[in-house]
Amino acid sequence: MATATLSGYEIHVDEEGFMTDPAEWSEELAGFLAHQIGIDELTEDHWKVIRFLREDHATEGTTATLRRVSTLGGIPVKQLYALFPKKPAKKMAYIAGLPKPKGCV
Amino acid sequence: MKHLVVLGAGTAGTMTVNKLRPRLDPAEWRITVVDQDETHLYQPGLLFIPFGIYDAGDVVKTRREFVPRGVELVVAGIDRIDPDESRVIFEDGRTLDYDYLVIATGTHPRPDQTPGLTDEALHDTIHDFYTLEGAVALAEALETWDGGRLVVNIMEMPIKCPVAPLEFVFLADWFFHERGMRDRVELVFATPLSEAFTKPIAARHLAHLLDEKKIAVETDFYVEQVDPERNVLVSYDERELGYDLLVTVPVNMGAEYIARSGLGDELNHVPVDKHTFLSRDYDNVFALGDAADLPTSKAGSVVHFSVDVFTDNFLRHVESLPMLERFDGHANCFIESGFGKGLLIDFNYDTEPLPGKYPLPGIGPFSLLEETEVNHWGKLLFRWTYWHVLLEGRPLPLPSRMLMAGKRRVEP
Repeated sequence: MATATLSGYEIHVDEEGFMTDPAEWSEELAGFLAHQIGIDELTEDHWKVIRFLREDHATEGTTATLRRVSTLGGIPVKQLYALFPKKPAKKMAYIAGLPKPKGCV
Repeated sequence: MKHLVVLGAGTAGTMTVNKLRPRLDPAEWRITVVDQDETHLYQPGLLFIPFGIYDAGDVVKTRREFVPRGVELVVAGIDRIDPDESRVIFEDGRTLDYDYLVIATGTHPRPDQTPGLTDEALHDTIHDFYTLEGAVALAEALETWDGGRLVVNIMEMPIKCPVAPLEFVFLADWFFHERGMRDRVELVFATPLSEAFTKPIAARHLAHLLDEKKIAVETDFYVEQVDPERNVLVSYDERELGYDLLVTVPVNMGAEYIARSGLGDELNHVPVDKHTFLSRDYDNVFALGDAADLPTSKAGSVVHFSVDVFTDNFLRHVESLPMLERFDGHANCFIESGFGKGLLIDFNYDTEPLPGKYPLPGIGPFSLLEETEVNHWGKLLFRWTYWHVLLEGRPLPLPSRMLMAGKRRVEP
């Protein structure tokens, strides 16, 4: 596990850059993380997803799948692809400061 | 008199009642196992049916054969569980009260979850092999197919036996070779994952095999819909993948009564403690096997290792003693790779599949993550073991905990 410094924040990350300690995350940091993967502005729709992921992780201890965000968070998968293009499951976890989704076994 | 009710007389439910009946005093404990039908299906055998290696008769027996004396088998559809009243309500209105409940009704393919995967489309140019009807229909289709592009796709994870779709493409490669038509078949494996398998080291070994066998892989392919008019799979990121023959692995979900009972997650799998299988919401409800939301493979081997841990824990739990055994997520899967060979993988929650020997370190006879003939024979012999040893709860000389002995650590 490595540490990285992003816009003055010191964070713990895995080898792919996913944050490993959700407590180090902040809303401001989310903006910087998003910028790093090519999402320049976090809209209210992005925030709806990020907040769901954060709250779900706090109770479940795992990063929600696209289906879970869609079924329980009420944000359709199609919209998740529009908000976080190409690899939404990984991108939204990255911005929300949560571990990389395990891809289910 | 206390009453243990087990829902599901498949691999997990049958093993559970066979393990527990001898250890629960008949004067104190009544045990009932419930299933919606009489037929026990050897699910690992379904893979072989499309290629004519097994037929339907090889994979079915009656459930009663494996239900031990002193356990009542009830054949009925379940409407719902009322966990606050500790009661099971059947579709015909009957009820069954329990002191302890084990949910073991598995997970099932749900083509209805994907737009376009209609009943009319299935069994024409679209097939599946996770049901007996599907596997038999696919055998007939392959018998007369004259070539083209065969796409094998996974709709969504998790699915039961996550290596089976890969085995299917490996066996298809062999099957078309044997029939002298491999040059007329393009094989494509499409997965929503970013690699061929969920675990990186095994994924690398399998990617190498896929490449060697000239099987194309389409990754990150999360299907939004099937268009059976145009014979095309459409992904959420708007890629299209055409097929002449589609072998699909539909979304897998737990039984609907679990949703009706308010006991399931978004896929109707029951959230449990991953080390003890105890429901996170009810102290007298457990879920075993594919029905649970365990973060390991949905596979018979997981059930086998789980039930060993569960039995000891259950006997303590009913005495209000702490559950001492902790399940480590141990899974162990043969992977058929065609041409009379196979691989074996052995892993748990924390350790991904590694190369080495199993079960005896340095000796085997099985080789981990390596194609051998012995592994293939192990897979074929397993059917006998399943019917004659495992279901009846007889011990196999394999520890339930995964061991590092015999494995070689590899740089990730």
